[in-house]
Amino acid sequence: MLASSDVDLDSLPARLAERTVCIGPGRPSDSYLRVETIMQAALGVKADAIHPGYGFLSERSALARACEQEGVIFIGPTAAQIEAVGDKLRARAEAEAAGVPTVPGGAVETADEADVLARKIGPPLLIKAVGGGGGRGMKRVDRLEDLPAAMGMAAAEAGAAFGDRRVYVERFVARGRHVEVQILGNGAGQVVHLGERDCSVQRRYQKLIEETPAPGLSGDFRSRIHAAAIKFARRLSYRGAGTVEFLVDLQRAAFYFLEMNARIQVEHPITEAVTGIDLVAEQIAIAEGRGLRFAQEDIRREGCAIECRINAEDPARDFHPCPGTVDTAVWPAGERVRVDTHVFSGARIPPFYDSLMAKIIVHAGDRSTALEQARKALAATRIEGVATNLRFHADVLADSEFERGGVDTDYLPRFLERRLAQEVQSHG
Amino acid sequence: MTLTAKDVAEIMRLLEQSSFDSLSLEIDGVKLNLRRSTAAPARPVAPVAEASPVPEVRPVQSQRPKAKPPSEPGLADVTSPLLGIFYRAPKPGEAPFVEVGSKVVPDTVVGIIEVMKLMNSVRAGVKGEVIEILAENEALVEYGEILLRVRPEA
Repeated sequence: MLASSDVDLDSLPARLAERTVCIGPGRPSDSYLRVETIMQAALGVKADAIHPGYGFLSERSALARACEQEGVIFIGPTAAQIEAVGDKLRARAEAEAAGVPTVPGGAVETADEADVLARKIGPPLLIKAVGGGGGRGMKRVDRLEDLPAAMGMAAAEAGAAFGDRRVYVERFVARGRHVEVQILGNGAGQVVHLGERDCSVQRRYQKLIEETPAPGLSGDFRSRIHAAAIKFARRLSYRGAGTVEFLVDLQRAAFYFLEMNARIQVEHPITEAVTGIDLVAEQIAIAEGRGLRFAQEDIRREGCAIECRINAEDPARDFHPCPGTVDTAVWPAGERVRVDTHVFSGARIPPFYDSLMAKIIVHAGDRSTALEQARKALAATRIEGVATNLRFHADVLADSEFERGGVDTDYLPRFLERRLAQEVQSHG
Repeated sequence: MTLTAKDVAEIMRLLEQSSFDSLSLEIDGVKLNLRRSTAAPARPVAPVAEASPVPEVRPVQSQRPKAKPPSEPGLADVTSPLLGIFYRAPKPGEAPFVEVGSKVVPDTVVGIIEVMKLMNSVRAGVKGEVIEILAENEALVEYGEILLRVRPEA
C-alpha cells in the first residue's frame, strides 16, 4: 500500500502498489510532510507498519513517535534515537562519549564565542546548522574577518530551512573524503557493519557517484573506521539500518565523525550488491522483532559496486532542475546491472520533488571492470524529453583523476572548472 | 507527388495484410506513421540489455479510486479536501448534515473529516440540490475523492 500525493497517482510506485491512498496535493507540506495525515491513512487502511523511505518524514521523530503511540510499527529507529542523531550537537556529544573522533570545533551562540573558537581552531572553517543537513545553513570561512557575516547568513538560512537558527563552527578539512559505514542494529546493543561507501563525488553536498569499497584505504584504516561506526551505533542501542558518516582527512590520515543518518540511504544498493544482503528486507525483519539474521563474520563483501545518480537537471544551466514529461526512457539491464527508477517512457517528473530519476548500479570483481561496466550502462541509457546529467556522468567516469580513485570532495568543483575552461578555449 | 486519402487507405490495407506492426513513410515532407492497434509500441532495446528492468506496469490510467458515474449530466462534484474519516452527522445518532434532496449553498456544511482526532468541516462550495451521496459514514476518504454530487442552481 502506498501513500501518494495527487500528482504521483500515475507514478510507477502507484501502478505497482496493490492499493494507493491519495493523501493530498502535490506540495509536500500539504501531503508527504503531514504526520497526522500519514498516520490517519495508515490507521484507515489498517496497516501494520509504515516504511518511511528516505525523504520527507524518514528522519522526523514525530512520525516515529506517533507510530509508537498508535501501535503501528515504524520501520526504522526509535523516536528517541532519531532525536539523538538528528541534533548535530547531540550526535557530536554522543560520538565523543563513545570515543569516536570528531572534527575540532563546537557550538557557538554569539559572534564573540565564535571568534574565540575560530582563533583556537584556525581557518579555514565551516559553519553548519545544528538542525539539518543537505548543505543548507552551511558556510565556509577562509578569513577570520568574514566570520560574523557568514555566521549571520548561516543562522538565517538554518532558521528558514529547519526552523532552528543554532549553528556550530568546526575545522574545515581542506582535502577530505566522504566515507560512510552502513550498519544494522537489533535495538538491544547488537550492531554489525556492512562495509563502507565512498561518496566523495559531490556537488554542493549533493552526492552524484558512490562506490564501495572506498578506494585506496589501508586495511587497518578501514577496520578502524568500521569499528568507530559500530561503537557509535552500539552506544545508542541503535535499531534498524543506519549510516555513520565520516570525513577522512587526507593530509592528516585521520577520520572524524560527521553525522549519522537514521534511515536507509539513497546509495544503499551498492552495499547490497557487494554483500548480497537486501537491506530493506533486514529493516523489515528487525522491525518485526526478528533481530539480526547474521553475525559480523557471516557478512562477506565481494568486488566493487558503483552507483550513478541520474537527475533531471541541466549541467549546462548550473544543474538547474528540469521537471517535465519523459518522452523516452530506456534503461540498461543485464547481469550485475541494477536500475532503481520511477521513470518510464511517458512518466511525468513533477516540479515539487527531488530531481532524482534513477540510480544505475553496477557490480564487478574489481574497480576497473566496474568502471567499464558503468560506462557501458550509461551508454545504453537513453532519456528524451527532459535534460539530465547523463552525459556529465559519462564525462566523470572517463576522467583520469576519477579513474585513479580516491578523489576528495573538492574533485567535482575542480572537474567542472576544468571543463568550463576547456569549453571557453575551444570556443575562443 | 502527394498522398491522397485513397493512397492512405490503400497503405493501411497493405499494412493490415502484412506481418508488420508499424509503418513509417515520408514523401515530399509528408510523414505518415501507422501502427496496428493490437501491437504494443515498439520498445527500443538497450545494447547491454537482456531484459527490461522496469517491472510490468498497469495500463496508463489514474490510480485514483473510480467513483460510480453520475446519474445525470451536469452534476457538480463535492470532493474531499483532506484524507481522513468521513462523518455525515455532527455526532453519532444525530441526523446527517445533508440527505439526498437537501438544498445547499456554498457555505453549507455537508460533513466532517477527522484527521487524527482533529475535526474538519467540509462545505458544499456550490449552490443546488444534493442528488447523490457517495462517501460512506465513518469510512476513510482520500484527498480529492468525490463525497457527493449536487445539481447546481443559479
